Amino acid sequence: MQPDRHEVQVSVNGSAYRREVESRMLLSDFLRHELLLAGTHVGCEHGVCGACTVLLDGEPIRSCLMLAVQANGHELSTIEGLAQDTGELHPIQQAMHAHHGLQCGYCTPGILMTMMAFLRENPAPSEQEVREALSGNLCRCTGYQNIVDAMLVAAKAMRASVP
Amino acid sequence: MTTRFFGAAVKRNEDKKLLTGQALFIDDVELPGMLHAAFLRSQVAHARVKGIDPSKALKRDGVIAVYTAADLGAYWQSGPLLVPPPPVPGLVFNLRTHVPLARDTVRYAGEPLAIVVAESRYIAEDALDDIAVDLEILPAVVDLEKALDKDAIPVHGDLGTNIAAHVHQTKGNYRSVAAQADLILKRRFRYEHGMSSPIETRGIVAQWNARAQHMTVWDTTQAPVFVRNGLAGALGLGERQVRVIAPFVGGGFGPKIMMLYPEEAMLPWISMRLNRPVKWIEDRFEHFVATTHERGQIHDAEIALTRDGRILGVKDVFLHDNGAYNPYGLTVPINSQCTLLGPYVIPAYDSTFTSVFTNLPIVTPYRGAGRQHGVFVIERLLDLAAHELDIDPAEIRRRNLIPSDAFPYRNEIIYQDFQPLEYDSGNYEPVLDKALEAIGYADFVAEQPRLRAQGRYVGIGVACYVEGTGIGPYEGAKVRVQANGKVSVATGIGTQGQGHFTSFAQIVADQLGVDVTDVEIVTGDTDQFYWGAGTFASRGAVVAGNAVNEASRAVRKKALKLASDAFECAEEDLVLADGKVSIIGIPEKFIRLGELAQRANPMRGAVKPGTEPGLESTQYFGPPSGSTANGVHAAIIEMDPLTFELKILKYVVVHDCGTVINPMILAGQIHGGVAQGIGNAFYEKLSFDEHGQLLNASLADYLLPTALEVPRMQLDHTTTPSPLNPLGIKGAGEAGAIPVGPLFAQAIENALGLKQNGVELLEIPLSPSRLFELIRKGSKA
Repeated sequence: MQPDRHEVQVSVNGSAYRREVESRMLLSDFLRHELLLAGTHVGCEHGVCGACTVLLDGEPIRSCLMLAVQANGHELSTIEGLAQDTGELHPIQQAMHAHHGLQCGYCTPGILMTMMAFLRENPAPSEQEVREALSGNLCRCTGYQNIVDAMLVAAKAMRASVP
Repeated sequence: MTTRFFGAAVKRNEDKKLLTGQALFIDDVELPGMLHAAFLRSQVAHARVKGIDPSKALKRDGVIAVYTAADLGAYWQSGPLLVPPPPVPGLVFNLRTHVPLARDTVRYAGEPLAIVVAESRYIAEDALDDIAVDLEILPAVVDLEKALDKDAIPVHGDLGTNIAAHVHQTKGNYRSVAAQADLILKRRFRYEHGMSSPIETRGIVAQWNARAQHMTVWDTTQAPVFVRNGLAGALGLGERQVRVIAPFVGGGFGPKIMMLYPEEAMLPWISMRLNRPVKWIEDRFEHFVATTHERGQIHDAEIALTRDGRILGVKDVFLHDNGAYNPYGLTVPINSQCTLLGPYVIPAYDSTFTSVFTNLPIVTPYRGAGRQHGVFVIERLLDLAAHELDIDPAEIRRRNLIPSDAFPYRNEIIYQDFQPLEYDSGNYEPVLDKALEAIGYADFVAEQPRLRAQGRYVGIGVACYVEGTGIGPYEGAKVRVQANGKVSVATGIGTQGQGHFTSFAQIVADQLGVDVTDVEIVTGDTDQFYWGAGTFASRGAVVAGNAVNEASRAVRKKALKLASDAFECAEEDLVLADGKVSIIGIPEKFIRLGELAQRANPMRGAVKPGTEPGLESTQYFGPPSGSTANGVHAAIIEMDPLTFELKILKYVVVHDCGTVINPMILAGQIHGGVAQGIGNAFYEKLSFDEHGQLLNASLADYLLPTALEVPRMQLDHTTTPSPLNPLGIKGAGEAGAIPVGPLFAQAIENALGLKQNGVELLEIPLSPSRLFELIRKGSKA
C-alpha cells in the first residue's frame, strides 16, 4: 500500500464496500465515483448548499466536508437506500411527488436525507420547525413552499406507519 | 377531443428517477479511460499575458497534457455571436466575443488561461499551481460611468472605447408631451441583478470515437442543438458527426446557454487530440466567475404626468454593464428598454441605452433577463408620482392600465425577437382587482395607523408587470407510437426542472387517448431530435408545447385513418381512447395503438403510394411573435426599525399566462421565481472591488434565500388565451422573479414611512446594512 493510500470499509444502505483510496479523497467523491452511488449530489464543495447530505450512523453530515477515510468503519445511508427494494417509494419520497416538492431535483437527495434524520428526531414538527430544519439546504427552483408542505404530510404518514 | 389531462394538476412523470437518485446528471457520466480537466483562471481582471510556462505541471505524475492559447493554432478564434442585434435604425454594436483561452490579454478575473488534463480531478487541480504565469497588470475598468470617460482604459484596446452598444428607440414624441405635463419627476435608479446560481454548476464530458469519427458531448446546456451546430463548425465536423446530450440539468435559469463557453469549446477539441474521453465539472468558486452573470444598470429616468396621475410619457437614459465580451448581443438591455413600458398606456417613450464593456465576467440573460431593471424604473416612478400627486399607489396603476379593448396593443419599439413590440392579448384590471382583494388592500390601509400606534412598522406594496414570453423562432417535436403502445416524444429543447416530461405528455395523452404515464419524453438529445433553438425566454411550453400538439394531432389523424382502413368504416365512426381505436357503440371491436404502429411498418406486401411508414409525425411550430403574459404581486411586510430585519407577512401573486397546461407545475414556477426575486431584492449582490475582484465568491458570502426567508405565497390566475398559438399558451417561467424588487422598495418605504422623511429607495438590492446607510444619509439631508 502506498503511504498516502488507505483502506476504507463502509456499509452503505446495508451493503458492505471496501476500497483503497487516497487520504485526501472527499467522502462525496468516494460515494459518487468510487462506489458509483451517484444519487448523492455535489453543489458547492464548501458545506453550504447541503446537496451532498448523507447519514453517517444515522446523523446527517455534509459528505463534501468529510474525507472518505474518516468514514472507515461507519454505516452510511444515501438516497439510493430510501425506497423499498420493490420500488415502492418511502413516504417522504411519496410526499415530495404528491406536493411537487422538486423541480430540477438536484438538491432533492440532500433534502430528503436531512429530513429523514429531522423527522425521526421530531416526528410532529410545526411548519416553522420544518423551515428551520430545511434552512441548511439550498433549493433554487421551488421557493421551498411545496417541500415544506410535503414534509408536514410525510411526517404524518410516517407517524401513522409507526406501530 | 376530450381534455382529461390538459389543464389538470398531473403529478410529474420525471419525479421517480429524481427522488431515488437514478437520474443522470452531468457528473454521473462515467466512461472507461476518462480524463479530467481543470482550468487555470486569471486572478486579475485586466492584464497583458507575458508568458505561461506549464513545464513543471507536465512533469507531475498523472498529468497528461497542458494547453494554452499558443497550442490551439487555428482553433483559437473568437466565439460566434449568439443573438445578433435587432434591426433598430442607428444602432451601434461593437462585437467582441470571448476566446477559448486568453492569449494576449485577460479581460476579467476568472478568464481561462490554460487547461490541465490529468488522470484525476485532484491531480488536475494540483497541477494548476505548477503553472507559472507572467502577467503585466493593467488598470481594471469596473465603474460603468468611469468606463465612458475620455481617458478610460479600453477593455478592448483595438476598439478605443468601452461602448459595446448604443441604442435609441422612441414611441410618440416625449418632448412635446412633457411640455404639457402637470408633473415631471426625474430620478436616478440603480438595479443590480445577480447570478442564477443553480445548485448544479456547469459541466461537460466529451468523447471522441476515432473509429466512428464521431463526437459525443454531454453538456449542462439549455440549447443542445446550437451547441451541436457550433461545435461541428468549430471542429470541422459535419453536424451528424456530433451528438450533444443535455442530461438532467440541475437548474439553469438562463446562464446555461452560451455558444460556446470556453470549456465547451475546449473539452471536445482535447478529446479529439488525446482520443480519450475528458470530463470537466465546474466547482462553485469557478462558477462565480466562469458562468455568466446579469448584474447592473444605472437609469436616469423621468416621467411626465397629468395632475390626475395619467402618464403622458417616459424618458430614460441608461447604462448597462455588459462585462468583458458581448456574445449574447443586446438581449438583456433590449428587454429592460421594452419591459419598462409595462402594462401601462405610455403614449410617448424616449429610451436610450449604452452598453458598456467592463473588466468583469460576461453578462447574459438570467431569469427575467433585464426585465427586472425596466420594471423597477417604471414602478418606482409611479410610486413617486403617486406620493407627489397624493394618489393611492394602487389607484395610480389602475388609471394607467391598458384597457382590455385595446389589444393587440402596439408599443412600436423593437423587441428582443426583432419584431415591433406588440402585446397580443390581455385583461389587466381584473388581475389588479384580484391581487388587491387577496392581499386585503383596503382593510390594510384602514388598519395601518393602528399598527403604527402599537409601534409596528408594517407596510404594503403592489407592483404590476408584463412579461414578453414564448418568442420564436420555432421548435419541433417528433411523436411516435411504439409497438408496445407507449408514445415516444422527442424535442430539441433542453430541460432543467420545468416539468417538460409531464406537461408535454399531457398534451400528447389527450390527443392520442393514452395515459399520461405512457408518454415518454426525450429532450435535449440532438440524435433524437435534430432541430430546435433551446429553453429560454419562457418559451418551452409555448413553442415546443405547440409543436408537440401539432405532431400529436397528425399522429391521431394517422391512427384514425389506419383504423378506418382496417375496419372498413368511416373515421367519424371511430373513437380513440384508452390506448386503442374502437368503433363507436361497439367497444369490443378495437385495435390497440401499438398494433396500428406495427401495421404502419409492414414487413412484406405493398403499401399505397405516398404512404409514410410508422405511426409517427414530426411537426414544427413558430409563433409570429412573442406572447405577453402579465401579473400583479402584492405583499405586506414588517420591518424592524432598528435592524431592518424583514418579515414577509403575506405574499400574493395573480398572474395571467393564457391557457394553463398544468397548474401545479405553473405554481412551482411562480414560487421559485418569487424566491429568486426575494434573493435579488435583499440578499444577492455580486460585490466587486475597484480591481474587478469578486469579493463574495462563495455560497457562504453570496446569500441565496433559504426556507426561512421565502414566505408562503398565495397564487391566483386569470386566463386570457394567446391568439398567437393554437393552445392559447403564454410563458410563465420568469414571471415570479420580475416585479419583486419594486414591490419591496414600495412596501419598505410604506412600512417605515420613509417618503414622509424624504428617503426614497431607488436601488436594488436593499440589504439591512444598505437600508441603514440610505436611511441615515436620507435623514441627515
